[in-house]
Amino acid sequence: MTETRFTKDHEWVRLEGDVATVGITHHAQEALGDLVFVDLPEPGRDVAAEETCAVVESVKAASDVYAPLAGHVTEANSAIVDDPALVNRAPEGEGWFFKMTLSDKAAFGALMDADAYAKFVEAA
Amino acid sequence: MTDDLKTTPLDALNRSLGGRMVAFAGYAMPVQYAAGIMAEHLHCRAEAGLFDVSHMGQATLSGPGAVAALEALTPTDVAGLKPGRQRYSLLLTPQGTILDDFMVARMGDEELFLVVNAGCKEADFAHIAAHLPAGTTLSRHEDRALVALQGPQAAAVFARFAPGSAGMSFMDVRDFEIAGVGRVRASRSGYTGEDGFEISIPGDTAEAFVRRLLAEAEVAPVGLGARDSLRLEAGLPLYGNDIDTTTTPVAAGLTFAINKRRKMAWDMPGGGVLRDQLDHGTPRRRVGIQPEGRAPARAGAEIIDGAGQVIGVVTSGGFGPSVNAPIAMGYIDNAHAADGTAVALLVRGKPLPARIVPMPFVSHRYAR
Repeated sequence: MTETRFTKDHEWVRLEGDVATVGITHHAQEALGDLVFVDLPEPGRDVAAEETCAVVESVKAASDVYAPLAGHVTEANSAIVDDPALVNRAPEGEGWFFKMTLSDKAAFGALMDADAYAKFVEAA
Repeated sequence: MTDDLKTTPLDALNRSLGGRMVAFAGYAMPVQYAAGIMAEHLHCRAEAGLFDVSHMGQATLSGPGAVAALEALTPTDVAGLKPGRQRYSLLLTPQGTILDDFMVARMGDEELFLVVNAGCKEADFAHIAAHLPAGTTLSRHEDRALVALQGPQAAAVFARFAPGSAGMSFMDVRDFEIAGVGRVRASRSGYTGEDGFEISIPGDTAEAFVRRLLAEAEVAPVGLGARDSLRLEAGLPLYGNDIDTTTTPVAAGLTFAINKRRKMAWDMPGGGVLRDQLDHGTPRRRVGIQPEGRAPARAGAEIIDGAGQVIGVVTSGGFGPSVNAPIAMGYIDNAHAADGTAVALLVRGKPLPARIVPMPFVSHRYAR
């Protein structure tokens, strides 16, 4: 079964079996504006929760993207490196950033669910 | 966030157009509208963009001492400026460094019209006012809006409202009476590299007039984000980033702003310094920089040589939508400043290959 959770740094994490797919939310891409450059973590890299592991740049500014949870990066989405605007067009679909296996699957449940994230965005 | 900020006469219009308002020089200004920076930038290069730049400082300097007083603060030939003509000028420190860059237009024998940067206007106007003889006065136009209409279709659009504007050349300035709007002052200039006008409008009729401009098919609103990427592509320095009180017009590559007659007398502030720099060069100078990959290098990124030595710094950098690549400008040691020189830019600790290139990145299309 598939479940999607969200971080306060506006990343989404979709867990399917042992693999988590990570991206930035629709709200995040809208706030950033037109993306022109994406730098992704190398597959094979171990990341700590909230460690900077990707960078997105809009026309105007650079922003860090954090690992939502600790784990091991298994795949990076080269499609968004070639076409950063794909993140703007499909942030929670084809514009995913990377896949990872989690060190602690239980930590996934501590992230916000869709309702909690919607309230978090509204309150910000 | 924008509660304590000043607003322009176009504030309500900016918000109704989906303007994303940010603090800039003490004003709530739109960094972008609904279309976004990329689309706004490209629209300006393709058709016509309308910018609210009412935060900039407008003033009239008038009186028998106006011309001489402004010459005493700048390297500009104000005396030789013909009525209806405008020049790019610089307020200089006694060391020859730059307090601000601004536009000066001659409106009459004893009347000059000034447009200065928003972030510098209080200091600029105080500085000018402190150097005026009795009988010569500086009066600010805080009640007026200022918009820039820029792009290849700007002249055709503006001519529908001010038919006489069609015959104006780059840096001409004229007043027009427009029914329902009042007297507007238009200069054929701008800061995008495109043809176009900067138009000063009475504040109380500005919104209605700008709505009429926006109703023209070619015109779309453009925010400060695209204004920055447009001027960067055009190779134009931004005060506070690329020029300031640590840089001189010689180091900044603005020697065209040091007038020939003024170079006979060297009687501008810092004249001795500027003369020496023109003869012997400056340790560093402003250059264009083309990163070779896709990653932009932002202001503050260090420029290093092959040995890892720091040889300069990026002062403006980002993505150029029209060149579809990252672009930058910065200051670099003279030994490395030649076009084509290979350098590296330190971005997030990694050296990114780049080359020194001539500017502009996109050719100017002024109505000469």
